[in-house]
Amino acid sequence: MSFEPKIIGFLCNWCSYTGADLAGVSRIKSAPNVRIVRTMCSGRVDPAFILKAFQLGADGVVVMGCHLGDCHYQEGNYKTIRRIPFLKRLVKDFGIDPRRLRLEWVSASEGDRFAEVVNEMTEEIRQLGPLKLYVHNERKNGQPAKAEVH
Amino acid sequence: MVTVNIDGTRIEVIEDTTILKAAEKAGIWIPTMCHCEYFEPYGVCRLCSVEVVRGRRSRIVTACNYPVRAGLTINTNSDRVKWIRKVIMELMLSRWPNVKVVKDMADKLGIEKPRFVSLERDEATDACILCGMCVNMCSDVVHANVLGFANTGIQREVVLAFHERSDQCIVCGACVSVCPTGHIKMVVEDYKGKKPEFTLGPKSAISVPSLQAVPRVPVIDTNSCIHFKTGGCEICSSVCEPNAINYDMKDEVVELDVGQILVATGYDIFDASVMAQYGYGALDNVYSSLEFEMMLNSTGPTGGKVLMKNGKEPRSVAILHCIGSRDTNHHPYCSRVCCMYALKFAHLVHDRTDAAIYQFYIDMRAFGKGYEEFYTRLLDEGITMIRGKAAEVVEGTWSDSHERSLMVRCEDTLIGRFREIPVDMVILCNAIESRKDSDIVKRLFSLSKSPDGFFLERHPKLDPTSTTTDGVYIAGCAQGPKDIPDTVAQASSAAARMLSLISKGEVEIDPIRAMVQDEYCSGCRICNNLCPYSAIEFLEDKKISHVNEALCKGCGTCVAACPSSAMTGQGFTDKQILAEIEGLMV
Repeated sequence: MSFEPKIIGFLCNWCSYTGADLAGVSRIKSAPNVRIVRTMCSGRVDPAFILKAFQLGADGVVVMGCHLGDCHYQEGNYKTIRRIPFLKRLVKDFGIDPRRLRLEWVSASEGDRFAEVVNEMTEEIRQLGPLKLYVHNERKNGQPAKAEVH
Repeated sequence: MVTVNIDGTRIEVIEDTTILKAAEKAGIWIPTMCHCEYFEPYGVCRLCSVEVVRGRRSRIVTACNYPVRAGLTINTNSDRVKWIRKVIMELMLSRWPNVKVVKDMADKLGIEKPRFVSLERDEATDACILCGMCVNMCSDVVHANVLGFANTGIQREVVLAFHERSDQCIVCGACVSVCPTGHIKMVVEDYKGKKPEFTLGPKSAISVPSLQAVPRVPVIDTNSCIHFKTGGCEICSSVCEPNAINYDMKDEVVELDVGQILVATGYDIFDASVMAQYGYGALDNVYSSLEFEMMLNSTGPTGGKVLMKNGKEPRSVAILHCIGSRDTNHHPYCSRVCCMYALKFAHLVHDRTDAAIYQFYIDMRAFGKGYEEFYTRLLDEGITMIRGKAAEVVEGTWSDSHERSLMVRCEDTLIGRFREIPVDMVILCNAIESRKDSDIVKRLFSLSKSPDGFFLERHPKLDPTSTTTDGVYIAGCAQGPKDIPDTVAQASSAAARMLSLISKGEVEIDPIRAMVQDEYCSGCRICNNLCPYSAIEFLEDKKISHVNEALCKGCGTCVAACPSSAMTGQGFTDKQILAEIEGLMV
């Protein structure tokens, strides 16, 4: 059986989530590998969420927000665009290929683009193979480690 | 005020009024050939000569520029005056026997045949009669000073300086319009300016944009107004009695504080010149739907008549549906209104001309109340419906003759044949598309657009008038192509929604917002600068940050940035999102 990557997608409520919804409504076929977490804004995506997702066994993480200048909250996505490249350098030090983390702009009207991003990313992660981290070896009976909440 | 006696009538006028004006007030006609109220009296035709009697002396003066004084007695119809006018008119008639204004004036003065034979006899009907109106217009009114007289005596003529083209000429056409004989003509050559929006006919520089304009006031097109080119003219303000014309008015930006906004920015029509196969902009008598609508308007350039460029009625008219809409190369959506206005066009063309009418359609979409009935009625009127989108419009010849016309080529899918139909006029039903500046409007109000380019509603079925931005509503073609009844319905709904909020007096806000847990906040103030709404304030006494709940929109940018996790996002707390991720990974 071929490897099916697990990808966590953080989608902003106003553009990307609506775009994903549009992709669904329009019956655009896309890979089922992206599991979506809705946030109000891509600026809400705490870098800790992304690291936690990798820790819990996600093979990739994609953050989607509105195009620059189109943010529902004026400038939330500008905060994101500063955080994610920084985080990419950080995950490298954890032994995670930075290609496993993506930042994409998908507007509410771009259902086809959502599908395109999802398919492309799924294919790329599939090429990269499953993410193997030290923490993953500590899973008990195949169960993922419990998320620690402060 | 002074009292003067004109032909035995005593009349009171302001001192220094010209005799011509005084006579006009007294209802006495004085013939003139060179007088125009827009510039100073010129006194060159001498036709307005009258006899002024002062005491025992009497003399002949020109009425147009002689100011009245107290006690003047003026004879406009004495034998001496009549004799002078007769001589002047005979001289003019002998020189320009075929010019209409000269003949008319001679008729009025009772001259049948001049006694003189002119050496400079000019048989032309549009000869220059040297009235000088164009010269005065150009210098006194337009202030361009391009035209002038050259030579004297019988060699006198109106010329451009050095008989050469002048860069000073602003091509205003004032000389053309004032010329009584039509001697000066407007010639269009090498037109390189911007093409006006509608090219159906000339328009004056000051005009009411449309009869339905609200408020219905004229506007000045500063690009073609003489005043804005040379500082002269001002004829419109001189004839405006309430002095309503203000040339110094500028566009101004007015800032208003409002609580709610209805975005009803409308639509643009698809530029059919992009589809070169239909010849719009290249072939004559190919019109866009809006241009044809303007032609049908009774106040339009043709007065509501359906006319070709050569002024004749068309023998057949083709109406081409779906130009730019239902077309994967341009707009995949249906513009909804075209089928019905195409039928209306057909009905009106049928009503006003004897032309044969062809409709080239993909599908007839007569979806509204009473629409299908109108469609069947049109079929009874004898309109030819051809199912098949027209492929192209080319220049062709009319039936069996060699007369040039247009030809529409298409596939008639009902008979399964390729057809070529000669027509005189083609009307394109352009697609409705979103406004060219809709991206700017979109950003201004934080709206979204659907793939077709129109503004996105909050929910296509349950909330079609509001948007994802609170307090901003959309209506009409800004939201998507729709006809007038649908637009009215949507706009009324939006207005009702807005009024309900106004009458309520308070607004409900989403419970999704950020909150500071005071005991964890270290007062680092990182969040303060992040907030796009300035909703986070720093409490100096407690040395912690505080979220103003009325201003916060709940984006969560501050929550993600808080280094001590003191900031929590209601509905999207760290705990909730982490639990969500955990759940997704199972």
